[in-house]
Amino acid sequence: MRLRVRTVIWSAGLTVLLFLTMLLSVAIGPVGIEPTVILKILLNEVAVPTSVQFGSSSDYRSLPIIPIAVEMTHVFSYNVTESDSIIVWQIRLPRIALGALVGLSLAIAGTVMQGFFRNPMADPSIIGVSSGAAVGAVAAITLPFALPFGLELQSAALIGGVVAAFVVYGLATEGGRTPVATLLLAGIAVSTFLGAIISFMLLRSGESMQEAVFWLMGHLHFATWSRVKILFLMLPPLVIVLLAYGRDLNVLLLGEEEAHNLGIEVEQTKRVLLGVSSLVTAAAVAVSGVIGFVGLIVPHMMRLLVGPDHRILLPTSALAGAAFLVATDTLARSGPGEIPVGIVTAALGAPFFLFLLRRRKVYAL
Amino acid sequence: MSSPHQLPTEDPQDNDEDQELADSPTEASPIVTIDSVAVQLGDVTALDGVSSIVERGDFLGLIGPNGAGKTTLLRTITAAITPDEGSVQVNGEAVHSLPSRAVSRKVAVVPQDTSLSFDFNVREIVAMGRTPYISRFSGGERADRNAVEEAMMRTEVMDFADRSVSEVSGGERQRVLLARALAQDTPLLLLDEPTASLDINHQIRTLELVRELVRDGKTVIAAIHDLNLAARYCDELLLLEEGKKMARGEPGEVLTTEHLKGAFDSRAMVTRHPITGAVRVTALSDDYGQGAGGHVHVIGGGGRTTRLLYELCAAGYEVSIGAVQEGAASHETAQLLGLEMIEVPPFAVVDESVKPKLSQIVRTADVTVLVDVELHPGNLPNIEVAHASDTLIIAEDRPLSDRNHAGERGHEIYTSLREVAKTVATNNVYNAIQDRLDPEEETAMADPTEISPDQRDGPYETELR
Repeated sequence: MRLRVRTVIWSAGLTVLLFLTMLLSVAIGPVGIEPTVILKILLNEVAVPTSVQFGSSSDYRSLPIIPIAVEMTHVFSYNVTESDSIIVWQIRLPRIALGALVGLSLAIAGTVMQGFFRNPMADPSIIGVSSGAAVGAVAAITLPFALPFGLELQSAALIGGVVAAFVVYGLATEGGRTPVATLLLAGIAVSTFLGAIISFMLLRSGESMQEAVFWLMGHLHFATWSRVKILFLMLPPLVIVLLAYGRDLNVLLLGEEEAHNLGIEVEQTKRVLLGVSSLVTAAAVAVSGVIGFVGLIVPHMMRLLVGPDHRILLPTSALAGAAFLVATDTLARSGPGEIPVGIVTAALGAPFFLFLLRRRKVYAL
Repeated sequence: MSSPHQLPTEDPQDNDEDQELADSPTEASPIVTIDSVAVQLGDVTALDGVSSIVERGDFLGLIGPNGAGKTTLLRTITAAITPDEGSVQVNGEAVHSLPSRAVSRKVAVVPQDTSLSFDFNVREIVAMGRTPYISRFSGGERADRNAVEEAMMRTEVMDFADRSVSEVSGGERQRVLLARALAQDTPLLLLDEPTASLDINHQIRTLELVRELVRDGKTVIAAIHDLNLAARYCDELLLLEEGKKMARGEPGEVLTTEHLKGAFDSRAMVTRHPITGAVRVTALSDDYGQGAGGHVHVIGGGGRTTRLLYELCAAGYEVSIGAVQEGAASHETAQLLGLEMIEVPPFAVVDESVKPKLSQIVRTADVTVLVDVELHPGNLPNIEVAHASDTLIIAEDRPLSDRNHAGERGHEIYTSLREVAKTVATNNVYNAIQDRLDPEEETAMADPTEISPDQRDGPYETELR
């Protein structure tokens, strides 16, 4: 079967799986809500534009770019209870949406990193992004004074992650070339160093230590629509860039010199892939903390199912990562007491990974 | 009606030529111009001012010892390495200022043992050869798929197109990589040690295929370790040593004893292959050929003699042989080596008529070596003339009784020769010759394997008595 057809079929299947997982996840919780009720609540929110007005001065202020005022009408008005509606809209859906976006980010960045480093143990945080984000976040939580420029936790984490990636890249680059092995080692060294800073800050953090540790474990507890919106606006262009580099990643697997001989602009491609996947990872880590194993095992699972070609592997890993994190987060919050989802992904992911390893399924890219 | 509108006003030739060089590369211009390229890899000077030109449709072999810069030169042509000095032009464009994509439409490479440890199948690997032509968001056109199929047909990898590339054998993998390079559809093809890890059959198949590609108009530059394969298949050779160009030209011009001595620091003998006519190099161990000189005449025939002739020749002696039948193996060897010979027609016996000539040459030779040939009534005169030598060496590994078909007479002649000769095992002939030529050292270099006089009539003669 041709690759494009296979990609479409697999992606469609996984999209359906993702939506079913999300629907199920909305239904599960301390208050059980019937799937039909959920559907009604969702449909109630569907709105279509019914009238469009151009150009009054007041509209200029509200929509400064396009002088259009749109009047929306809700099509459906099913009868649902107010409390169900709030649980679905304000509590569960933002968390599920955030989980899906974070899972998608980590899985696609993990796939890119494994291909980029030609190393099955690579994950999104391999060049220090997670450690950098963690330093930013822990600093925002524990330092007794406000960060400069009035940085919030999320922005501090995002900036920390991106800066760490830049530092690692800079350390590993010499004469315009960045050997992958050097990058890997620089990543490990910088991560270790940042780990020391985090430990030190935790030691001096006093009462805020619990909050910081909770953040470090990785969770989706404080999900809000505003955080979803950050990711939702940031991710699409970045993900599209990564998807567009599928063929380049395939050729890079042959080695850099061969990739060059086949017409890949190697150093430029490496910069794009590193930059974009670091940004994707940093964004995910900033809103959810360090959730491990999603970026490591989801790519391996999908590689077993669809093969090593990144043109199909990237989109399917992204969708599978989204479904995986939604599912594990549902488990994390449906127990007697909620636990950080990072614990669940690691507790489930590690044995599964070992199972694959023992079956000799995961040994190469 | 033909309309010759060209009315040259002023020296047209100069103008035209300038125009061509500056603008479009024509069929006549060289496809590769390497201009005083120097490459420094760390502390090592990998290439040191190498210049060369490769014409369209040529098959150029890069030869030279390990570390001579063959691979570096190939990598410089692909722009994987940027030279510290000099430039490389392909089709008239300097490759190091072009984007990778443009270079990869001109030059394809078959790398040396790539480890392909992932699960792409053969067709997918070959299809990667189309990377330079496919835009980022396209899945490839029909033309791309056709190029892939054609390349796979050509290299006969169709049979295992759907197998994982990590599962195919070394020879098959080589062909897959060649197919990928063909799918790249470039005028220039570079091969790095294409035969290094292949068995002899696959070596020949690979190079025959490359030859075919050259016939179809591709230009090929290949680093080849095996000098004989290089001589047989390449139009021209470029000999590198320590990053410098030692020689460039047709195999016969490049593969000379002096060049090889200089580059490989080993003794080698250059001959012509009797079947293919190609230049042939035989490397010799250093045991042969220090300070040799003098005339050695060899009496004998068969496989041992052939080898002895090679070795003596390589050692630097002036060698003659006789009498030999035309068409015999030793006759052919002697011809290849250009030795002085005393010939007799095929299947003829060595009769009294050639005896004077033989005696003459044996007398003038500094040393005469009698190889342990079969004794027939027909070649007894040939053996008998050895008496004329006062520096006779008998090289024998087999007892006379096994090879004496000339009865009592043969035994008589041979025994009488033994009395005046020094008898040694064949692999000690070289030492024995040196001793004969340099008698002062004889006592100093006592030869432990020399057969002592009482052994001479030893075990193998008992039957006959």
